[in-house]
Amino acid sequence: MTKLIFKMLLATLLLFSSQAWAGQLIVEQSFGDGPEILLKFAHPVDKATAENIASYTVYEENDPDIRIKPSDAVLATDGVTLDLKFAENLNRAQTHVVEVRGLSSEPAVTNVSKSYLGYLLSILISALLVNNFVFTKYLGLCVFFGTSKRKSTAKGMGVVFTIVMVLSACMSWFFYQFFLIPFDLNFLQIVVFIGLVSLTVQAVDTILRKVNPILFNSFGVYLVLVIANCVVIAVPLILANNNYNILETIMLSLGAGGGFLLALYLMSSVNERLELAKIPPSFKGLPIAFIVAGQFAMAFLGFSGLKIF
Amino acid sequence: MANTKSSMQLISRGILSENPIFKLALSMCPAVGISTTVMNGFLLGVAVLFVQVFSSVTISIFKNMIHPRIRIPTYTLTIATWVTVIDLVLAAYMPGAYSQMGIFVKLIVAFAIITMRLEMFACKESVKDSFSDAIGMGLGFMVGMMVIGVVRELLGLGTILGYDILGFRPLLFFILPCAGFFVVGLMMAFFNWLEMEYKRRKRVS
Repeated sequence: MTKLIFKMLLATLLLFSSQAWAGQLIVEQSFGDGPEILLKFAHPVDKATAENIASYTVYEENDPDIRIKPSDAVLATDGVTLDLKFAENLNRAQTHVVEVRGLSSEPAVTNVSKSYLGYLLSILISALLVNNFVFTKYLGLCVFFGTSKRKSTAKGMGVVFTIVMVLSACMSWFFYQFFLIPFDLNFLQIVVFIGLVSLTVQAVDTILRKVNPILFNSFGVYLVLVIANCVVIAVPLILANNNYNILETIMLSLGAGGGFLLALYLMSSVNERLELAKIPPSFKGLPIAFIVAGQFAMAFLGFSGLKIF
Repeated sequence: MANTKSSMQLISRGILSENPIFKLALSMCPAVGISTTVMNGFLLGVAVLFVQVFSSVTISIFKNMIHPRIRIPTYTLTIATWVTVIDLVLAAYMPGAYSQMGIFVKLIVAFAIITMRLEMFACKESVKDSFSDAIGMGLGFMVGMMVIGVVRELLGLGTILGYDILGFRPLLFFILPCAGFFVVGLMMAFFNWLEMEYKRRKRVS
């Protein structure tokens, strides 16, 4: 009796799974190496229909009105792998929707996107190196030149900045998504974000003072400088512009903070040596610091071609 | 004493002896970031001038009603309000230039120079003096931005305000992002040198 029930269960399971397969024409989808999308069908398909580019509709998920026309479609000899080629490069950061008509009774729709983890990592690396906030976006220069005299100061400052940035970015994201957008208050962006940043700094200050006085003694002095600094306020503005979700927000703020820490550390290492160097009197102080920063910025230009994911 | 100075003196002080960019070395981010052309420098200068003047006047009017303990948040919110105004105006009437300046218009809210003038000047002096001081500081910032813009545009593209001056492009390097650091650094060194030379000559004679 139990055997019979088991068999029936198995049969229904098989039936359902096969139905699911039959409903899904496209079983695998990914971006190719060039400007192309690779599709894999569940079963061999009709070559003439599959290679007709008119049977495909491709668009970016958030821009359904702008259709991307494939330039060519090539079906491999096994009859299931299709290579959809495009004339222009695809923006891989966006999810692409592919609709296929004529191969099954109703149009098959599939979403093509990069692996999400890779995308998150690319945001982190981009904020850290390629678009380093100090050397390629020129943000936070006042603090950058002011506190990069000693390595220890630079490290403390960078860590405090990173913590405040992650916290304030998460809070700003929350407010942006659940208050500013639903109530159509987008024009209050600047006011709300700067308020939230000062609030976060104040909160970190109070909590740190109570919870860990030793840490506060070493890092507390930098907290005052963080209020209303352009790096910290820039992160919420950027994430509001790009409509990031919470994971992407954390990655962006981590990358921005880490990039700032990196820049401060590099600069302070040079500054410690500059003290011993013989510099023309008119270059002493800020001018030479600017020249050094310019050289770092030039070095960071080398990262601009970096593409990992 | 500041209150014995005339408006003209207050204005010229902001442009020359206390120039925000070259002398006080405040608000360096935009000076390096978007001074690639004269026009960009001019437009951001106008935006800063607007925010500086209106914030200074606002704070100066309400200075007796602001409790000293909450003065910094009050300054920040006042500036943020005026930045929102100029941000929306620029976005509506000059979308091209606005997109070139990118995030920097919104970041005026974090410029140290504006908060500093409110803290040091506007919260103590009369409305008229605050107005003159704000005009001076704003103009000083604008002039600084435009001077850097002239150097970078002339050396990078061979043009000034879009008009072809040299007829060729001497060094495209100068409109690259990193050149901003070099130009500002060299100009600061040059002004330091001028000042030293001036003092030395004065001592000799």
